[in-house]
Amino acid sequence: MRRVNRNQRGRISVKLNGRQVSAEAEPRMLLSDFIRQELGATGTHVGCEHGICGCCTVLLDGVAVRSCLTLAMQVDGRDITTVESLAGADGALNALQRAFRNNHALQCGFCTPGILMSFTDFLRRNPKPSEAQVIEVLSGHICRCTGYTGIVSAVLEAAAANDRNEGDKP
Amino acid sequence: MKPHPFDYLRADSVDEAIKILAEHGDTARVLAGGQSLLALLNLRLLEPAMLLDITGIPDLVNIREVDGKVEVGAAVTQNRLLAWPGLKEKLPLLAAALPFVGHFQTRNKGTVCGSVAHADPSSEIPLSLAMLQGEVILRSLRGTRTVPASEFQVGMLTTARKPDELVTAVRFPAQASRRVAFREVARRHGDFAIVALAAIADGSKIRLGVGGMADRPAIREFPADSDVPDVINALAWECEGYEDMHASSRMRRDLLRRIGPVVIEEALQCAG
Repeated sequence: MRRVNRNQRGRISVKLNGRQVSAEAEPRMLLSDFIRQELGATGTHVGCEHGICGCCTVLLDGVAVRSCLTLAMQVDGRDITTVESLAGADGALNALQRAFRNNHALQCGFCTPGILMSFTDFLRRNPKPSEAQVIEVLSGHICRCTGYTGIVSAVLEAAAANDRNEGDKP
Repeated sequence: MKPHPFDYLRADSVDEAIKILAEHGDTARVLAGGQSLLALLNLRLLEPAMLLDITGIPDLVNIREVDGKVEVGAAVTQNRLLAWPGLKEKLPLLAAALPFVGHFQTRNKGTVCGSVAHADPSSEIPLSLAMLQGEVILRSLRGTRTVPASEFQVGMLTTARKPDELVTAVRFPAQASRRVAFREVARRHGDFAIVALAAIADGSKIRLGVGGMADRPAIREFPADSDVPDVINALAWECEGYEDMHASSRMRRDLLRRIGPVVIEEALQCAG
């Protein structure tokens, strides 16, 4: 059993984008705040903080979850992947990011990190999605700029590109 | 917003968890997927003194078949049940209903049992459990008891669970009929249902379930040759339908009258 009282801080070790890191957090600290404030990875954005908008979506052990509906305490020893992992070390965008740029799938970009992470998980499980499936997954996100059409096109383009070039992961 | 401070406990076994609940059940909340609980904490609608995390308990992560029933452990996520190979064959109603539960991203973490324990009147999983006449397994230091779905959910966000009890699993009886349909009306796919409807056609009988209308799922069974609009109209008045920012009770009754016959027809059209 692990117990951390409200006035204490507990140590949490995670693998963040392949790197082992650790920091301390109070029990009530949300994973979204832990990633941004304690681990300093500010690519993950925080919007509504009650699971509606989707912009805080990250991968926890490879699956897309809302980091605002997860406690930092719950991820000790686990694997976290954020938007910072997508581009190459040289800053080159990956196929999904390129497709977003090609299709004007973002304007202000606030919601984009969450959407990219959702589709990173989804395309891995469903490499050839239908438009309806893409729209269903996108229903877990709110974007106030694009009207969504560009995002749907971008995801379908990334899936098609991935289909042509299996080596270039979305 | 951020949650009010609380103590965090992660149990390694069911025995440990029920011991903690025996002592702190009145002020603690059980944390599984957290997809409803964390939102309520962030909004400060709940301020529990303690959260008991049960997701690390190995006994609770299984989906297994017991005596013709599918038992889903308390730490099994909704997407895991959706991906379970036997689902379409054994529980076609759940195969139809689960895609409506929250979003892809929340189903990755939200649990089947958590949804039952949360008992939101518009939720798809409690509705499916009631439709299939499933049961909830509760454990405490006092022992284990099995509560039928019809007795578990007693009102809006209220269940028969005692403060010292832990929901360890729910059981769905494997379905005899594969003629099912599920539909719901929501502001966007995955949001809380304004009205959710489930139908099972079994031989000459129809079973219709409605969520989002009353304080708990309403189920009605009637012969297939009944006057369907009449039966549904009676059900609509009986449930009444509550008022909220998304719909008036009148609109809810109207949705039930219009979509009820469609769902029943869809179930009847399914190949048995």
